[in-house]
Amino acid sequence: MTNNDAFVSLVDVSKHFGSVVAVDHLSFTIDSGEFFSLLGPSGCGKTTVLRMLGGFESPTTGEIYIDDAPMSEVPPHHRPTNMVFQNYAIFPHLNVRANIAYGLRYDKIEKAEVARRVEEALEMVKLPGFGERRSNELSGGQRQRVALARALIKRPKVLLLDEPLGALDKKLREEMQLELRALQESVGITFIFVTHDQEEALTLSSRIAVMARGKALQVASPKDLYNHPVSVEVADFIGQMNFVEAQVMDVHNGNAVLDAAGLGKITAPANSDFVRKSANLIVAVRPEKLVLSTERRSDGQAAVQGTLKTSAYLGDRNHFYVSVDGCEKPFAVVAAEAEASGEKPLDRESTVWLSWAENALILLPHD
Amino acid sequence: MIKATTENATPVMRSSSWRGRLHALYLRSDTLKGFTLLSPTLLVMGLTMCIPFGIMVVMSFWTQIGFEFDTAFSLVNYVEAVEKPMYRALLLRSLTISAICTVVTVLVSYPMAYYVAFHVRKHKMVWIILMTVPFFSSYLLRVFAWKVILGYNGVINSGLKGLGLIEQPLAFLLYSPTAVVITLAHAWAAFAILPIYISLEKIDRSLIEAATDLGDSPVKRFLGITLPLSMPGVIAASLMIFIPTVGDYVTPALVGGPDGIMIANLIQAQFGLVNNWPMGAALAFDMMLVVAVISLLYIWLTRKVTENIA
Amino acid sequence: MNEVAYIDRANRPLYFYAILYLAFLYIPVLFLPLFSFNDNIYIAFPLKGFTTQWYVTMFNDQPMWAALNNSLRVACVSSAIATLLGLFGAKAVTRYRIPGVKPIIFVIMLPMVVPLIIMGVALLILVTRLGFDLSLYTIAMAHVLISVPFAMATLMSRFEGFDPSMEEASSDLGASPWSTFWRVTLPMVAPGIVASFLLCFTISFDEFIMAFFLGGTDPTLPIFIWGQLRFPQRLPGVLALGSLILIISFVLVFFSLWLRRWGVEDTKSGI
Repeated sequence: MTNNDAFVSLVDVSKHFGSVVAVDHLSFTIDSGEFFSLLGPSGCGKTTVLRMLGGFESPTTGEIYIDDAPMSEVPPHHRPTNMVFQNYAIFPHLNVRANIAYGLRYDKIEKAEVARRVEEALEMVKLPGFGERRSNELSGGQRQRVALARALIKRPKVLLLDEPLGALDKKLREEMQLELRALQESVGITFIFVTHDQEEALTLSSRIAVMARGKALQVASPKDLYNHPVSVEVADFIGQMNFVEAQVMDVHNGNAVLDAAGLGKITAPANSDFVRKSANLIVAVRPEKLVLSTERRSDGQAAVQGTLKTSAYLGDRNHFYVSVDGCEKPFAVVAAEAEASGEKPLDRESTVWLSWAENALILLPHD
Repeated sequence: MIKATTENATPVMRSSSWRGRLHALYLRSDTLKGFTLLSPTLLVMGLTMCIPFGIMVVMSFWTQIGFEFDTAFSLVNYVEAVEKPMYRALLLRSLTISAICTVVTVLVSYPMAYYVAFHVRKHKMVWIILMTVPFFSSYLLRVFAWKVILGYNGVINSGLKGLGLIEQPLAFLLYSPTAVVITLAHAWAAFAILPIYISLEKIDRSLIEAATDLGDSPVKRFLGITLPLSMPGVIAASLMIFIPTVGDYVTPALVGGPDGIMIANLIQAQFGLVNNWPMGAALAFDMMLVVAVISLLYIWLTRKVTENIA
Repeated sequence: MNEVAYIDRANRPLYFYAILYLAFLYIPVLFLPLFSFNDNIYIAFPLKGFTTQWYVTMFNDQPMWAALNNSLRVACVSSAIATLLGLFGAKAVTRYRIPGVKPIIFVIMLPMVVPLIIMGVALLILVTRLGFDLSLYTIAMAHVLISVPFAMATLMSRFEGFDPSMEEASSDLGASPWSTFWRVTLPMVAPGIVASFLLCFTISFDEFIMAFFLGGTDPTLPIFIWGQLRFPQRLPGVLALGSLILIISFVLVFFSLWLRRWGVEDTKSGI
């Protein structure tokens, strides 16, 4: 991707609060029209990045560009961004209509047009007729929509969202996620979204920046993050993952032969520089890529014997935990209902076989 | 993969003027903005407190002859303040009266604060306001009210006489240290209630519930949990009563009589009839030092005691 | 089993204590109005008869009106200045990261605990050494000094109760700092400003000792009253005046304390 598409750029941005380093030499770009998420645990710096984009904090070093314009001397009220705050920040002394119209005063739009746009905005967030209500007469979800309308009515180049769904209950949150995505697609504005919920990020985003300790660990699409994580930390953060220590015995033709703890001699695709002879690394495999059976499969696929420790029934799928000699932690295996019910029921402590396809294995460097 | 874009980034066009850079620096610094906003207040308070105080201390080392000040450094005033029996006695009396007043006020206000904190559910605000409002009315008038009440032909005496309970008016009521203590306690009670109430209100109710659950009696709960946790409020209240009352002028002047005057009246005289300003400054500073030392001792002592109870 | 939690059961003895306490708090003061209507130049029982003559005498007293006028002017000016300083200070302290903020707040709050006589003495010395005359201006200055802590405390609690992201949201939507102040901060802090003003006004209006030290030829009302106290025949008139002042300041302070809480989310009770 050429740089011409980069709509928002962070160039070596750091933020220090006294001696605390909240953001550590961050550099990445966001393209126009993307739904981009900043994902990470609390304290990773994602909200600080958002606030720097909005102009509420200034980077200690580094530069932020929006639409090719440097933002270092641009205060929040002159930036082409608008933000939906975590607790919505709906002005209690104004009604919904006045809240939504609040920012239009600075765009010098005449009254009739303002009224029309406010009505349009209310329709867009599915709150028609709520114009006269006040903040304390709205539910959490409704306030969130008002905050959205208030920000979007300004037609910003970038919309910043600070964990806007955090305060909602699960069902409402899932509804709102779909609505947000549909909204973004119809409006076409670049959304930058902060969340600590990886499922949410995977659902909504075109690309995600996984952050920890002020650094971006990996910036990629949800699919790439899931299937090709670059580190143990990222792999572990997104979804569930099994890890095994291994040493490389040989590398040729894009494949590596490894000696893995508990699994013995295995083969895996090798397409990174760190996969060299005698290197110590981690083999990772997703639970749904492991196949559980009561007998060893006859098709010659790589397999290992283990003992079933626990199983959990989750309605649409089963989670199994299998311990294998030589491996510290049990392997998590996810199997769809249908697959499991074909076999005879599995007892605790029964002997089982785990098998996998070679290209399901991911090689990761040691930390 | 993280895209490295530094090599393709457009050159940064920073504002070349020092003004622009200063402005950018200002925008970057949260602290700077905060300080600018705070500066008028800080300046006014700092100057109007520190400078006068400084000058007062300086003046205390001077002497006064007639209407002229002799600015030669001299410890004469302090020597006199410490050695002259009258000054010592007066300071001691002031401290004693304030101490008694503080103890009485805190003891009397604590149950009230406790009641509002723990046993009032509806209209807490009304109770709080009712408790505090008297403090903000004219101090002079409240003291005067007591003068009226305690006087020789005042309310108590004439009332008791009218009821036939006494023949002669009770003389000791007014113009005595007792009168000063009563009046001070009444006038400052409202001030004591607030800190105690706030610290009681802050106590986590679940601590008390847990204690009940574990079998503690109400008395034990109070002594073991409520009282120690409310100590910061009690300490604050004691200091907030003790420190100002030591230097009270109006009450001793109105209801104290010759036996009841306090150090403040003496200090005021230095600036009035006696016309010895450096002496007044010295006495004022002396009083301040003594009060500060006692307060610090008190804080240290109560900390020690609370640590040993807990 | 009662719905009321065990520890919150109503406590009869404490309740009576509380009522008694309030009674003792208010009754002595209530004697003032009581005797101000009493037809007797001596303030003593038994009550002789109802009269409003003391109020009439007071109304006709020219020096009293002059003193009242002085007090009003001093109180208005000092409250306005104190509230303004308290506003800036409260906003700075609650919205910005300032190192050493706790000692700074301590310094600003000091006048609340320092004996007024010390401050009166110190200011008197300063003012005279600088060569200024004692006047209503010096009194006003002293009143600003003792009012700022109260103004700041009132406004700090107001600012703390209102979400800083409101101002950020306003800024985000295009409002300049001035516009944000006018459209968001001020309306939301307004009750606190009024409360602070009323509180400072009452403090200044009733203040005696510093006015005593720093006053010149123009007396404030408390100074005037003090002067009247040495004349026994003037006492009932003083009672009349005092009663009115008490009632008005009670109402003002009640209102001001009420306003401090109005509109702020009641997440915790207490001041």
